Amino acid sequence: METPLLEMKNMNKKFSGVYAINNAQLTLRHGTVHALMGENGAGKSTLMKCLFGIYLEDSGDILIEGKKVHFTDPKQALENGVAMVHQELNQVTKRDIMDNLWLGRYPKKGIFVSQEVMYNNTKKVLDDLEIDVDPKKILSTLSVSERQMVEIAKAVSYNAKILVLDEPTSSLSDKEVEHLFRIINKLRDRGVGMIYISHKMDEILRISDDITIMRDGKYVSTTLAKDLTMDEIIKQMVGREITNRFPTKENIVGDVFMQVKNLTGMYGSTIKDVSFELKKGEVLGVAGLVGSRRTELLENIFGYATKKSGEIIVDGKVVLNRNPKESIKNGFALLTEERRATGILPALTLYENATIVTLKRYLKNGLLDNSKIKKDTDWVMQSMKVKAHSPRVAIRTLSGGNQQKVIIGRWLLKDPEILLLDEPTRGIDVGAKYEIYQLINEQAKNGKCCMVVSSEMPELLGICDRILVMSNGRLAGIVDAKTTTQEEIMTLAAKYV
Amino acid sequence: MVKQEMEMYKTLSAEDKKRFITDKLLDNALYILVAVLIICVVIYNPRFISGSSIINILTLSSTRLVMALGIAGAVVLTGTDLSAGRMLGLTACISASLLQAPNYAAKMYQSLTWLPQDPNSAIIGQLVCVMILVMLVGAVIGFFNGFMAAKFMLHPFIVTLGTQLIVYGLSLIYATWGSNAGAPIGGIDQRYTNFVIGNVFGGSSFYFPWIIIYAAIISFVIWIIWNKTVFGKNMFAVGCNSEAAKVSGVSVFWTTILVFTLAGAMYGLSGFLESARVGSNTAATGNGYELDAIAACVIGGVSFTGGVGKVQGVIIGVILLQIINAALIFLNVPGSITYIVRGAIILVACAIDMRKYLTKK
Repeated sequence: METPLLEMKNMNKKFSGVYAINNAQLTLRHGTVHALMGENGAGKSTLMKCLFGIYLEDSGDILIEGKKVHFTDPKQALENGVAMVHQELNQVTKRDIMDNLWLGRYPKKGIFVSQEVMYNNTKKVLDDLEIDVDPKKILSTLSVSERQMVEIAKAVSYNAKILVLDEPTSSLSDKEVEHLFRIINKLRDRGVGMIYISHKMDEILRISDDITIMRDGKYVSTTLAKDLTMDEIIKQMVGREITNRFPTKENIVGDVFMQVKNLTGMYGSTIKDVSFELKKGEVLGVAGLVGSRRTELLENIFGYATKKSGEIIVDGKVVLNRNPKESIKNGFALLTEERRATGILPALTLYENATIVTLKRYLKNGLLDNSKIKKDTDWVMQSMKVKAHSPRVAIRTLSGGNQQKVIIGRWLLKDPEILLLDEPTRGIDVGAKYEIYQLINEQAKNGKCCMVVSSEMPELLGICDRILVMSNGRLAGIVDAKTTTQEEIMTLAAKYV
Repeated sequence: MVKQEMEMYKTLSAEDKKRFITDKLLDNALYILVAVLIICVVIYNPRFISGSSIINILTLSSTRLVMALGIAGAVVLTGTDLSAGRMLGLTACISASLLQAPNYAAKMYQSLTWLPQDPNSAIIGQLVCVMILVMLVGAVIGFFNGFMAAKFMLHPFIVTLGTQLIVYGLSLIYATWGSNAGAPIGGIDQRYTNFVIGNVFGGSSFYFPWIIIYAAIISFVIWIIWNKTVFGKNMFAVGCNSEAAKVSGVSVFWTTILVFTLAGAMYGLSGFLESARVGSNTAATGNGYELDAIAACVIGGVSFTGGVGKVQGVIIGVILLQIINAALIFLNVPGSITYIVRGAIILVACAIDMRKYLTKK
């Protein structure tokens, strides 16, 4: 057997004590497309980032054409023929294509950058890939797909032997996908090995030669693509047992409390025509792939994103929820996904962080009463089991789980009727997760409605009553959490992609 | 607090002890420098710590403090305000023109006779009217600053860079109104002057001007606003993380506008005080004051990273800057060197401040 182009063996990487990848492996042959598949959080990106030198693996071997390598930064990887097109494009959008292509290695003439050489080289690479854009165009004027092509052209310009494509088609139209596949085929003919990460089953089955499946950071299997079916892939991706990681559900689902009708967002890639009902005392999960706009759904309901059309009816009354302030008055609360960006007030103490939503409640003769603020903050710290030396510390000094508990407590102080929770357990250790599940449970038991977005399927199955599945901004279906399977949800999630 | 730290210190290893002390020294480097400076000046000229010298420093600090407390709000919002000095100039001109002595020959408004001729009759009503008027003028301009920043998402640096020019233009126009042709507006009524820098203790030989009392009252009011009102709490939340504040139901738009409006009113107030203190006002009055006030905020720990700042800090910042100025004058340091020292102080203060927010890797 010939030496494989790339071999990754016994790869391990822990983040704060938890395995992100555990004994993962991958073998890439010359001139093939190798699909890497798994659920969100299965460790695909981590494995690729170890290859590319963004993360340093804790242990494991990486061999390129039989030679052991160890990259400590992306530059080394690029110089050794490994290139990666990231899911989120890291480009200097205010500069032109050639600047982006040759950034960090500008062709020089004496001490000056040679515009002429740069232009010609760029033109050559673009022509070679049949990408028809002027090298002097500013990146921000290009479409997303063109920018993606530029990124691929950049990888090619490094003469990469190994090319990693992380969800390259997530924002491309069908026609653009065809163009991308032509380029991929061309590179394959030249002997380039490509690792292709995507959630789109049909594409994977069409373009790839081998498929490696990962689950929970571990290697599951590597099979020839022609020997696999979509069902078989899904089964291998989700096939795990659900252990007792969730508290027993004690909530009683009541009558319909909120109706969402034809909700459509205004700006950017957003939700389209979403209708559903939320019942009293119900925990409604929201499932979907990355980019299925689950977050946008919650943000539109909460008025943090601008709605274009559609109606929200709470308890028989139409509510507008034009901005968060109005939504809070209408009994909504939103725990955002990005805790650091939109949740905590990092430099302020737990007092401010816990009471920002309910400040008006503490007014006495027109001024804030510290003793009331203290009382409520103490309540948050005790009932949420926040571990901190004192409420006087800045919240940024707490661990992620404790920060999250303070933010949840902030909302519970307001006693909202409808809790919108976006990835409430992201980046939190197992113990704290259980406590957050209990909190959600308790709210439902008290007749409150909860919507929980999560990328962890077992979590949704464990804590929800029903699960709403989003696919590419649209509602793909609503399933009963007791009777559904992960396979059914995965199939729905891929409905409109 | 101190006791805890002492106990903790005892448990440290020799090397950690050394680092602990270095950290403490660096964190307080500014205060140490100022202390050393004061000691040097006192050795050179003991009169530096005399009562009159200290009161002089406090008097000079007062107007700057009122202005700095306004700017501090903008800095808490990660902004700044370059229009403060020019707004002080405009409001000082307005105050002076309306409160010229009734018998002053070169009165700007010859027909304005609202101040009684008798120098012994009180004019408190008129003074309060003018004070409120100039605070309103400041508030309107401040509102405009805040609106531009909040509505069009412009950085306050840009907005106020524009408005400071506009306001200066307005001041120049105002100085040519009435019978005035751009000449300094002087001849301020003695009762107005007394109201601001008159002696609290009347004819006593110990001089303590009212302006220090006013500055103290204003500081207290601002402390209340910052710490005891929903608006104040919202201001810090918006400065700290405006998106998180928004999700929590805070109106970032109105908070920003209110902060700048309040700041504008404070500049008006400082213009009212400064006008009487300097006695003769032109459109150039207050030019560059905002830079001192911003420097004072930074020295006092109002961080440009946003969301952090205390009224006490601003007071200390203003007084420290004034002490440094006074000390350099006592040492007969030439003006040119004074600028260099003040510049260096700002840089040192910022570098020390930044240390607190950097996460060490």
